[in-house]
Amino acid sequence: MCDSCGCSQPDNSVTIRKPGQPMSGSGSADHHHARKGRLIEVREAVLGKNDGIAAHNREFFEARRIVALNLVSSPGSGKTTILERTILALRGEIPMAVIEGDQQTMLDAERIETAGAPVVQVNTGAGCHLDADMVHKALHQMELAEKSLLFIENVGNLVCPAMFDLGEAAKVVIISVTEGEDKPLKYPAMFAAASLCLINKIDLLPHVDFDVARCREYALRVNHQLEFFEISARTGEGMSAWLDWLRRQII
Amino acid sequence: MQLQVMHEMSLAINIVELVSAKAQAAGGQRITSVELEAGKLSGVMVEALVFCFEAAARNTLAEGAFLEIREIEGRGNCLACGHSFIVDSLLGQCPQCDGYAVEIVQGRELKVLSLIVDEE
Repeated sequence: MCDSCGCSQPDNSVTIRKPGQPMSGSGSADHHHARKGRLIEVREAVLGKNDGIAAHNREFFEARRIVALNLVSSPGSGKTTILERTILALRGEIPMAVIEGDQQTMLDAERIETAGAPVVQVNTGAGCHLDADMVHKALHQMELAEKSLLFIENVGNLVCPAMFDLGEAAKVVIISVTEGEDKPLKYPAMFAAASLCLINKIDLLPHVDFDVARCREYALRVNHQLEFFEISARTGEGMSAWLDWLRRQII
Repeated sequence: MQLQVMHEMSLAINIVELVSAKAQAAGGQRITSVELEAGKLSGVMVEALVFCFEAAARNTLAEGAFLEIREIEGRGNCLACGHSFIVDSLLGQCPQCDGYAVEIVQGRELKVLSLIVDEE
């Protein structure tokens, strides 16, 4: 280990000699620091590859007037239930399809299929988010109608999915009233990246301490353009505003 | 594999792929250091990224390379009063008018600036 830079190149693996000079055991303090390495300018975004594939996905969607929505939240906020109820409500009116992201299992895909929409499940294994390439590969397994809605249900995680553009038209962040109303302050990146916030499970408000007004205020501090709908996917309360919003996205 | 529950692992893999491709295209045999620009609002934990980079670089041209991270301050412009100030989170509050309507203008960068290769 080199003491000056912490690199793990062992000193004795480097030899310095002129042409014709035999390999000698005589140690030299020199190693690769003394040799002039070559500098290569890069200046490229770390996620440039992902962003390129996301742009490709976005072109595909826009050419077919498909509205892709990236649904993000903590685990258990009710994303899949919202999708089930949305599909049941808009079936026959707007063509819809779903890409389901989970670390494991086909469980969510089976629920969506039962609700009546074509679905592809992406299992990310240990991965904590969907990326643009996963969505691109899923798209190759789907036949999407023109002027349709594509819901991309991301892995339940409020941190990592914020960084990865999938090519969606908008991110929809979902928070349920069984969580803390301070989530927008704790996980600002996701609320900053979203265009719409669904506050779900409002039928439980009488039983929990969740303060809706404060949640909205916190979320607006992070993103002053964020729109909100308060809904209960279970009872259907407030769902019509969300459904109307979806109808308006299809032009 | 458990490392992948951190997005820093994905980022590290992306960095290693990017710099390996650049080094290879330039005929470099081994990458000795990578210079990265990381905004303080980019969502990256520097310590986690360094840890993940070391793991992701194994058995690649970047194995053992030193990851030099240049952090960039977050900067926001207040949309209400126009004041420009340093922010340390996406929850920037204007120190002049206390407003929260702040446009983040700097600090989300995440870029590989350069690398150094050995050619032999």
